[in-house]
Amino acid sequence: MNLIQTIEAEQIARLTAQRPVPDFAPGDTVRVMVKVVEGERTRTQAFEGVCIARSNKGLNSNFTVRKISYGEGVERVFPLYSPMIAEIQRIRRGDVRRAKLYYLRGRSGKSARIAEKARTVETALAAPAEPAAEAGA
Amino acid sequence: MRTGLLARKLGMTRLFQDDGTHVPVTVLHLDEVQVVAARTAEKDGYTAVQLGWGRAKVKNVSKPNRGHFARAKVEPKLRLVEFRVTPEATLEPGATLSAAHFVVGQMVDVCGTTKGKSFAGVMKRWNFSGLEASHGVSISHRSHGSTGNRQDPGRTFKNKKMAGHLGDERVTTLNLQVAGIDAERGLILVKGAVPGAKGGYVLVRDAIKRPRPADAPFPAALAG
Repeated sequence: MNLIQTIEAEQIARLTAQRPVPDFAPGDTVRVMVKVVEGERTRTQAFEGVCIARSNKGLNSNFTVRKISYGEGVERVFPLYSPMIAEIQRIRRGDVRRAKLYYLRGRSGKSARIAEKARTVETALAAPAEPAAEAGA
Repeated sequence: MRTGLLARKLGMTRLFQDDGTHVPVTVLHLDEVQVVAARTAEKDGYTAVQLGWGRAKVKNVSKPNRGHFARAKVEPKLRLVEFRVTPEATLEPGATLSAAHFVVGQMVDVCGTTKGKSFAGVMKRWNFSGLEASHGVSISHRSHGSTGNRQDPGRTFKNKKMAGHLGDERVTTLNLQVAGIDAERGLILVKGAVPGAKGGYVLVRDAIKRPRPADAPFPAALAG
């Protein structure tokens, strides 16, 4: 690792200790709690929508969230490790076959929906011991 | 006026601050930056310190230069530069300089050699608009227009902006803020961009257009 990569790895370690980055992928519905500074005080504002793209480049990683706000499509690109994000919540896993869901931009209504991913994959990963015990009994 | 530092540009990254902002920074690296010689008014007619960066292989150093490094009792250096200093800020040969020479928040000037762009046309070199895309313009869409008048004065004036070599010149960027210092690893993080390519050598000095900060070490921050 060269010195710049070392500096970036240290920053990622420091920033993820402050705010962990959950496991989410394009197609997932996420709620991003954004810190908003209003004069002296800060509050958090939620931005909830579908993650349509992730750009993985170390410290400079980004993800794009798209939502429909009052009938108008709104997209926001967040730096993954930004301290301006208080929390990232994964609401729902989506079943998609693309890494970039830019095709959603041209769609609306029924055709812009994303099917939910079957939950079995997630439970099998989260608790592998329990199903094995049931099978044995 | 105290000495500056000789550093190597490693590249750019960003710093996420605790208040939520992020700062784009250039990482400058100091590797065994030592004083190789001191120029004095009695001997040389001016006062300056000569600094060396890194460690060169002895086989690649000429015999006269080996003697020059031996006199200061330092390892052969990859690069030598001089900084003019006032007589009270002079340093002893052999002293190793630290990145703590600069303090976080102060302004510095950074001097480097820009990337060479070879022979460039007027649009790239001087931001000329070029000629039109149509309306009868033939083959010369990126050319300059006229370079002067007619029989009077009958010549093209000197310094007329024309095509020619662009880049690979010494450029000083003034008033860059120091965003971070890592004395252990010898790193200076400067906010913004610095002239030159990655791996290029740059000269960092206190900003000439700002007063030197009171907490900056004088005459210099020495390592060890």
